[in-house]
Order: sequence, then structure tokens, then C-alpha cells
Amino acid sequence: MKNGMTLIVRVIARFVSPMIMVFGIYIILHGHLSPGGGFPGGVIIASAFVLITLSFGKEIAYQKLKESTASAMESVGALIFLILATLGIVFGGWFFLNFLPKGEPLRLISAGFIPLCNIGIGLKVGGGIFAVFLTLILFRLLEKGEGD
Amino acid sequence: MPEIELYLLITLMIVGALVAVHTRYLISAVISLAVVGMALAVAFLYMQAPDIAITQIVVEVLALVILIIAVSIGKEVVDIKGKRETLTIGVTALFVVIFALFAYRALADLPPFGSPLMTVSQHYVEEGLKQTGSANLVTSILLDFRAYDTLGEATILFTAILGAFAVLRKIGRKAK
Amino acid sequence: MLFFLCFALFLIGLYCVLIKKNLLKIVMGIIIMEYSVNLFLIMVGYKAGAVAPIVTEGAGKVNFVDPLPQALVITAIVIGIATLALIVALCMRVYDRYKTFDITKIRRLRG
Repeated sequence: MKNGMTLIVRVIARFVSPMIMVFGIYIILHGHLSPGGGFPGGVIIASAFVLITLSFGKEIAYQKLKESTASAMESVGALIFLILATLGIVFGGWFFLNFLPKGEPLRLISAGFIPLCNIGIGLKVGGGIFAVFLTLILFRLLEKGEGD
Repeated sequence: MPEIELYLLITLMIVGALVAVHTRYLISAVISLAVVGMALAVAFLYMQAPDIAITQIVVEVLALVILIIAVSIGKEVVDIKGKRETLTIGVTALFVVIFALFAYRALADLPPFGSPLMTVSQHYVEEGLKQTGSANLVTSILLDFRAYDTLGEATILFTAILGAFAVLRKIGRKAK
Repeated sequence: MLFFLCFALFLIGLYCVLIKKNLLKIVMGIIIMEYSVNLFLIMVGYKAGAVAPIVTEGAGKVNFVDPLPQALVITAIVIGIATLALIVALCMRVYDRYKTFDITKIRRLRG
């Protein structure tokens, strides 16, 4: 894995990876209406970042997508999930109470706090898997010096 | 035979797994694992589980990337062939055959394929849309009826990733 | 018979973990075992002639497959990839120290 891949791969990756990210956000947000949810959507967002890192090489992509960004994304997702769970105690009786109104079925804004929980889980899974991928690649970068 | 497609898919998975176990080149084994994973995603789709088919395909691709990183570290691309220890292979094969015989007797006690018991799930199916308001019943189980399990899963993800960070920490030693 | 074929896939993975000498082949055996267990869980919850558990509008009483094993398997698949990353991180450390993936040569436990 030297300095990224050929020109064709780089042009296509630059063009396609925002579309992958939009698709991942769509699957997260419509988790309560169609198949999907937080878990596959988070992994799709992570794979958009992985595509950029693999096609542009480790050194160039590391300047844009750092490890601290991925770690922050993961922590923010976990905090959103836990805060929503604790607000159940404040507003009602017990942990994980669904306190937002339910609305009519088959609308985008319905089903209580399930869309917000999906966003939290999506951020957590996406950030976590990209962070562990970066760790596996950077281990070789820092141990062997420049290239291999 | 009613579920002929499922028989064919599981046979394809068994053939792919046998190739992945016995081939000499490690890259060929990784590609055979990709075949097993894709056939598994089609089998999930056949059994009316689209949520899981999406998750399996996407996770499969990332698992392949991680395995190729692992294979490309070592300088050996070929499987290691030491002395052929006949006694070990014989005893292991005997153990596997005995295990399979016991499992055959035990698996006959399950409810037959295609008619599950559904004692708890009947309540989730009937009350799911009314009590949670979400049209996807699997999401309503994951995030409303059984949200503790999702919290446990988030904890496992966090701990595993923290473990991977802690094992591979070499920054600070080389930069001197 | 279908359950037994699924169990045969599990036994192939178990055989690979017990016999092979290359550390990466052992990891592949673990992955095959994970695939077979997820397949078995979904097969237990399949109802013949039923549809996917998503409510569409304007339908009366519909026959759904069992949604509970599907919720368990989604988390199991994502946990599988996290533990795969941890196992590969450990393998990289082992290669760094011993310069080989052969398990018959990795014997000395140095502190």
C-alpha cells in the first residue's frame, strides 16, 4: 500500500464517496420505516471514509481524516444514546422510557425517540469502526517509516 | 422439494468453507471467505430478513479489508506445512464425527423448519405498531422493547475498540 | 436436514481452528463459525409462507416471520467485526515480536 492507487481510482473515489455517505445517512434516518437502522447505516458511513483512505494513500488521507475526529464521533454518539436513556427517568418513570409523542405511523417524524437513538447508534458504530481501521493501518506506517 | 434454493445456498457455503480451509495461498482463502459471506447474504434475503442482509453485506466488505491488511503484513503468502502429524488429525476427525452424531440426535428435537413456536414474539408482532409507533418491527424491538441489549452492544463495541488501541500503542517509542 | 447442514458448516470452522498451524487460518476458522451461528439463529425463526416484519399501510392481518432472532443477529454481526479487529491487532503484535505466524514456534511467554 504505497501512495494510493492510480488516477482513475482516485477520481472515481472522490466522486462516489459523498454519495455513499448520503446513502448511509438515509438508511440511519429511515430506520423506523424501512429495513436498516443505526447499525448498517453506521457501517456504511465508516466504509465511505475507508474508501477515501484506501485510494489516496495513508499519508495524504491522514491529514484530512484524523484519528481524533473518529474518536470524537464515537464518543458523541455514545453520549447522545445515554442522555436519551436518562431523560426517560426525568420525564416519566423508568430508564429508556419513550417520552416523545408517537405521532401517526409511517411518517418520518414518528415513533418517539427512535430516530434520535438511531442517529446516536449510527455515529457510534461509524466512528468506532473507522477508528479501529485507522489504528490497524497506522501501526504499519509508524513502524516501517516511509512506505514499505 | 420445497426449499431447494436454501439447500443449494448452504451447499455453496460448505464448498466455499472447505476451499478456504484447505487452500495453500492465503489470498485465495480470503476470497473464498468472501464467497461464503455473499451466499449467506442471499440466504438471509431468501428467509425474509432484509435488515440482516444489508448488515451482512456491508460488514463482510469491511471484514475482507481487515483480513487483507492482516495477510499483507507477513512475508509468507503460503500456508505453513510442518510434519504431517497423523495421530492429531485422526483424533480430531474422530472427535468431530462423534460431535456430529450427538448433534444429529439433539437437532431432531427442535420444532420443524418453517414453523417456529413464537411464544414471546406474538406479543411483539401484535403490539409493536400500537405501543411504539414504528413500522419496522425489528427496530422497535431493538430500541424500545429490548433497549438494554443495545446498550450492552454499544459497551462491547467501545471495549473491543479500546482493546485494539491499547494493544497497538507504539507511538511515543519510535519518535525519539 | 437443513439444521444439520448448518451445523456441518460450524464443524468445518471448528476443524480449521483445531488443525491448522498458521495463525491467520485459525482466524478464518473463527469467522466461519460466526457465520454458521448467525445462519442457524435466522433459520430457527423462519415461518414458511410469511413476509418480512415491516408493516405497510392498508394491510390487514399479515403473517410475519419471527422478528426477535433478527434483532439478536444484527447486534451479533456488528460485534463480530469489532472482535475481528481486536484479534487482528493481537496477531500484528505477535508477528512484531516473533517474526512468524507459525504457532509451533510461538512458545516462549516473555513478560
